[in-house]
Amino acid sequence: MTKIRLATIWLDGCSGCHMSFLDMDERLIELAPYFDLVYSPYVDAKEFPKEVDLSIVEGAVSSDHDLEMIKKIRANSKTILALGDCAVTGNVSALKNLYGTDAVLQRGYFELADINKNKRYPSQIVPKLLDKVIPLHEAVKIDYFLPGCPTPADAVYETIKALIEGREINVNELTRFGK
Amino acid sequence: MIKQKVRVKTFKIDDITVTGQSDQTVLEVAREHNIYIPTLCYLEGLSCVGSCRMCLVEIKGCRELAPACTSKIKEGMEVVTTSPDIQAHRNMILSMLFSERTHTCSVCVVNGNCELQDKTVELGLEHSLVPYLEQRFEIDASHKNFVHDPNRCILCTRCVRVCDEIEGAHALDLVDRGINTRIIHDMDEPWADSQSCTSCGKCVYVCPTGALYEKDISTEEKLKKTDIILNLIKSRKKDD
Ligand code: SF4
Ligand code: SF4
Ligand code: SF4
Ligand code: FES
Repeated sequence: MTKIRLATIWLDGCSGCHMSFLDMDERLIELAPYFDLVYSPYVDAKEFPKEVDLSIVEGAVSSDHDLEMIKKIRANSKTILALGDCAVTGNVSALKNLYGTDAVLQRGYFELADINKNKRYPSQIVPKLLDKVIPLHEAVKIDYFLPGCPTPADAVYETIKALIEGREINVNELTRFGK
Repeated sequence: MIKQKVRVKTFKIDDITVTGQSDQTVLEVAREHNIYIPTLCYLEGLSCVGSCRMCLVEIKGCRELAPACTSKIKEGMEVVTTSPDIQAHRNMILSMLFSERTHTCSVCVVNGNCELQDKTVELGLEHSLVPYLEQRFEIDASHKNFVHDPNRCILCTRCVRVCDEIEGAHALDLVDRGINTRIIHDMDEPWADSQSCTSCGKCVYVCPTGALYEKDISTEEKLKKTDIILNLIKSRKKDD
C-alpha cells in the first residue's frame, strides 16, 4: 500500500478545526497507516513540501503571507480540502472586512496599545494584511469543502476516509455552515 | 365587482396529473399533492410576493424559470420542479443570498435554527459560488424585547407581511433599493420609538434568519414559531 502524502496547515484560523482533527481520537490510529504527515502544525517541518497528495487547509486568506502560502500549497498539492468555515466562507476571520483593515490596525496598534513609541505599524517580519479577508476558493481552486465552526470530528473522519478510499460522500449530511 | 368564477384546472407537475382551483398557485397545488418545492419567502397564511426565488420551477413553453409561489395554475400546463438546471439556479440564488449580507453563521444567535442555513444542507451547497460583498448596517437593539440586525436580513418581507396582514399594525416596511434595502419601523425610527408597533413579536417569530430575534434567550432556546400564523387564522375563523 502506498501511503498518501498528507499536509495540514492553518492560515487565518483559530486552530479550532485542527483541534477537531485531533478530536478524532482513536480513529487517528485507524487512519494513520494510510498517510505520511509531511507538513503540519503537529509536526516540525519548516518548508511546505512538494508533491503532496492531500492538503487540508484551515483558515481564511488574510495577509500577503497567507496568499503566498495558499498559492504554494496549490502548486504543490494534488487535492486541497478547505476545512472549516474560515476556509470556506471567511467566517470569523472575515468579520473585520465590515470595518476595513485600517480600522482594525488602528484599533490594535494605536488605540489599545500601551507601548508603541514610534507610533507606527510593524513593517517587518509581521505579514501585511490584505484589504479584504477572502475564503480560499477566491484565491485558488479548491477541490473539496468541509464547512463547520469547528467542523465536527465525525465529519473530518468521514471525509478523510472517503478521500483515502476514493469514494464520494455528501458532506452536507455531516456538517453545515456555523454548527 | 364581478367575482370571477373559480374553476377546476387539471395539469401536470413532474408528470403527475394534479388538479387545483384556478385561483391557486403552482406551489399550493404541489404542496396539496405532497410534491416538495423549496421555499424561503413563502409562508402559509401570508400573501405571496416571490422575493427569494428559491421556488423556481420550469413551466413547459416558458423561456425562463418561474417562481412556483406566485405562478397561478393553468389548464394543461406542465411543471417540472427539479432538474440539473433548476438546481444550479437555486444554488446560485442561495449563494447570492449568503454573499449579499454578513451571514457569519458561527456567531449568529440563531445558529442551528435558521431556515437559510437549513437550505444549504437541503440543496447541498457547501460553499458560496459568488464573492462576499460584506455590506454593513447598524443594529437596532432599542426595543426592550427584540433586536433587528439588518446584516442577517434576506429581504423576504415575511415580517412586513405578518405585521400588516395578521397583526394589522403595518409597523414595518422596506426602505432604499438594491443592496441597501432594509426593513424599517414606521418612518425609519428606532424600534423602541415606533408608535404603530404593538410589540406582539409576530415578525420575530416568522423571520427565517437571525435578522429579528428575542433578547436574553440562549441560542439553544431560540425557536422560530412560524406555525402561529395558521393557528391564528384558524382560531379567528372559529370566532366569526
Ligand atoms: S472555522 Fe471556527 S473553529 Fe475553524 S478556524 Fe475558523 S473560527 Fe476556528
Ligand atoms: S412586534 Fe408585532 S407589531 Fe411590532 S413590528 Fe413586529 S409584528 Fe409588527
Ligand atoms: S427581517 Fe427577517 S422576516 Fe424580515 S425581511 Fe429580513 S429576513 Fe425576512
Ligand atoms: S418562495 Fe417563491 S419566491 Fe420565495
